[in-house]
Amino acid sequence: MSLGSPEQQAPHDFLIEAGRTEKQYWRDLWRYRELFAFLAWRDIAVRYKQTIFGVLWALVQPLATAVVFTIIFSKVAGMKAPEGIPYPLLVLVGTLSWTFFATALSNCSNSLVGSSNLLTKVYFPRLVVPVSSIVVAFVDFFITFVILCAMMAYFQFVPSWRIVFLPAFLAIAFGAAMGLGLWLASLNVEYRDFRFVLPFIVQFGFYVSPVGFSSSNIPEEWRLLYSLNPMATVIDGFRWSVLGIDGELYWQGLVGSLVIVGTLLASGIWYFRRMERTFADVI
Amino acid sequence: MSKPVLEVNDVAKRYVISHEDARQGGYRSLRDTLANSFSRLARGQLRSRTKEEFWALKGVSFEVAPGEVVGIIGRNGAGKSTLLKVLSRITEPTRGSIRLRGRVASLLEVGTGFHPELTGRENIYLNGAILGMTRKEIVRKFDEIVAFSEVERFLDTPVKRYSSGMYVRLAFAVAAHLEPEILIIDEVLAVGDAQFQKKCLGKMEAVAKGEGRTVLFVSHNTGVIANICSRTVVLAQGQVIHDGNSEEGIKIYSASGMEEANGEAAFPDLDKAPGNERVRLCAVRVLSNGRITADTELDGEVQVEIEYHCLQGGLRMGASVHLLDQLGGVILATANMPSASLGRDEWFNVPHPVGRYRTRCTIPANFLNEGSYRLSAFLLRDVANVEVMQREVLSFKTHDTGAMRAEYGGQWVGAIRPRLAWQTERLSEVEVS
Repeated sequence: MSLGSPEQQAPHDFLIEAGRTEKQYWRDLWRYRELFAFLAWRDIAVRYKQTIFGVLWALVQPLATAVVFTIIFSKVAGMKAPEGIPYPLLVLVGTLSWTFFATALSNCSNSLVGSSNLLTKVYFPRLVVPVSSIVVAFVDFFITFVILCAMMAYFQFVPSWRIVFLPAFLAIAFGAAMGLGLWLASLNVEYRDFRFVLPFIVQFGFYVSPVGFSSSNIPEEWRLLYSLNPMATVIDGFRWSVLGIDGELYWQGLVGSLVIVGTLLASGIWYFRRMERTFADVI
Repeated sequence: MSKPVLEVNDVAKRYVISHEDARQGGYRSLRDTLANSFSRLARGQLRSRTKEEFWALKGVSFEVAPGEVVGIIGRNGAGKSTLLKVLSRITEPTRGSIRLRGRVASLLEVGTGFHPELTGRENIYLNGAILGMTRKEIVRKFDEIVAFSEVERFLDTPVKRYSSGMYVRLAFAVAAHLEPEILIIDEVLAVGDAQFQKKCLGKMEAVAKGEGRTVLFVSHNTGVIANICSRTVVLAQGQVIHDGNSEEGIKIYSASGMEEANGEAAFPDLDKAPGNERVRLCAVRVLSNGRITADTELDGEVQVEIEYHCLQGGLRMGASVHLLDQLGGVILATANMPSASLGRDEWFNVPHPVGRYRTRCTIPANFLNEGSYRLSAFLLRDVANVEVMQREVLSFKTHDTGAMRAEYGGQWVGAIRPRLAWQTERLSEVEVS
C-alpha cells in the first residue's frame, strides 16, 4: 500500500484524551514550522496588495515619526540628547525598538481572535498563530533598521562596536512582547474586554518608555522603579549598543527586566497551553 | 491482522450552554463574570442557575481498520461535526480517548484560510500549508492542483474576483491532493456545477478505493455513501445507533428522524401548539381499525385525523394532507375540497364558530404499499391561505397482511399498491406459419 510522499515522517501513534498535554506538541510545532513563515508572509503580502507604492509605505512611518518627534521633544519640549548624538538618531533608535514591541504586542494579542476561522476548522499547534504574527513585526523592524543605517550614514555617525549586543536586546523585546501578548491573546478569546485594554497599554507604555526622550532625563531616585518597565531597559540597551552612549545602560534595571521578561514569557506560554484546548469552543 | 488505524473509545463531549439574556456568542465581558460571581456568592450559591450542560457526544466507540472507507451519517444535531472536530484535534473530548495511528487531515470546510486579497497561486500555497502540506509537497503537486481546478487562466488574479464556483473548485483542488493516512471529509465536498461535482466525487472515490487510504466520510447524500462506503456508522443524539452495513445504516438514518412512532402527534398546550392567533393545531393522528396506531394494515382503511381549535369565529377552514415516502418525496396530496374528495365535507370553507374541530381523511384499503410513510398536515383558510403547516409531523408503517399475496410472494415495489382493474381479451386468431 503506497502511502505517498517521502516528506512524511514515520507513522505516529498517539492518544487524544481529555486533559492530557501532548508531548507531541513541541514535535508538532517543529513539523509545522513552515506554517510560521506562511502565515507571516500572508500578513505582509496582503498589506501591500493593490497599492502603487507598495513596500515604500513601510518607509514612511519611521521617517515621519523621527521628524515629528525631533521637533516636538527636542525643539518644543527642550529635552536634551547626550553629547555628540543627533536628536533624530536618538528618537529613531527609540522608535525602532518601541514600534517593534508595540506592533508585536498588538498583532499577538489580536491574532487568535483574528484567525478564528482557522482555529475552528483546521488542526495545527495553536502557538503558530501568535508567534507568526510577531514574525511580521520582525520584518517591519528590519525595514526600519535599514532606514536607521541610512540615517546614520546621512549624519556620518559611526555606530559603536557594541552594536553586536543589539540582537540580545531585541530578544528581550521579543520575549516581553510574546509573554504579554500570549496572556492577552488567550484572555481575549474568552473575555473580549482585552481588545480595549491593549491600545491603552500601548499608548500608556509609549509615554512612559523613553521613546521620544532619553532615560537620563529621569531623576536618580526613580530610576529603579522606572526600570521595572522592560521596554525602558530595551530602549536604553538599544541606544547603548547602537549609539554608544555610555552610562546609558542601567545594570540593576537590566537584571530586573530579564527576570520580569522571563517570568512573563514562561507564564504566558503556560497559560496559553492551558487554555488552548478550549479555544475552538469559546472563540 | 493489523492494528486499527483509529480507535474511538467512549468519547463524550460536553458543551455548556448558558441562558442569560445579555449573552451573545460564547464570550463574555469581565464585568459580567465578576458581577455574576459576586452576586452568586452573595446568594450563597456555588453554581450558576442558568447554565445547562449539553452533551453533543454521549459515549461513542468504534474502530476503523487501515484502508477502510467509513461513512458517518445522522440527522442534524446528531453529533457528526462534533465527532469530526474531536477526531481532528480541533477540540478536546470531555471523556474517553482516541488512538490515532497515522497522520490525519480533515476537510471540514472548503477554502479554509483562503485570503481574498491573495491570488489563486498564492492561496494554493497558503491553503496547502494550512492543511498540513510542506512547501515541497505543494510545489510538486502544483500543476496537478491547477489542472484539477480548471482555473489556470485566472491563477494570478486575487481570489476575491473569482466566482463562487471558481473559488470552491480551487479550494477543493488543493484539498483533494492531500496525502494523509487518515482523511476526514465533512459534507461539503461535492461542489460546483454538475460536471465538476462528478469530478469531485470521482476523485473522492479514487482516493477511497484506489489509494487505499482510510477515509471517514460524513454526508447527507446517502447515494454517495452507499456508493463508496463499505461501512457506515449512524449517529443519533450523540450516540452510535448502527455500525455496519451501509444500506441498513441508510434505512435506519431515514427512519430515525421521527420521534412519534405511536400514531399520534399531540399538542395539548394551546399556547404552544402550532398555529397563530386564529387557529391552532391540536393533534394529528393515524388510525387503523378505529385505533390510534403507527402500524396499519395493507388491506385495511387508514384514517388520518387532524384536530384543530379555532380561536376566532368566522374562519372558513379547510384541511390538507400530504403523504410522503421514506426519503421525503411526496406521493400524494389530498384536501377536503368537494371537487377533490369523495363525498362532501360539510365544514369545508364554511365559517367556523370558535371551538374545536376534527377532520378525518380516509385512505382506502389496498392502496398503500408495505413500508414506512410520513404525513404532512396543513390547515387552510379560504382555500389558499396556509394557516398551519406541519411537515412530516407523523410517520406510520403499513404491514403486508398477505391480502394481495395469493399469487406472488416476492418483493413488491412502488410507493403505493392500489388494486386496479385489469382486463385481458383476445384480439384475433393469428396462425403461426
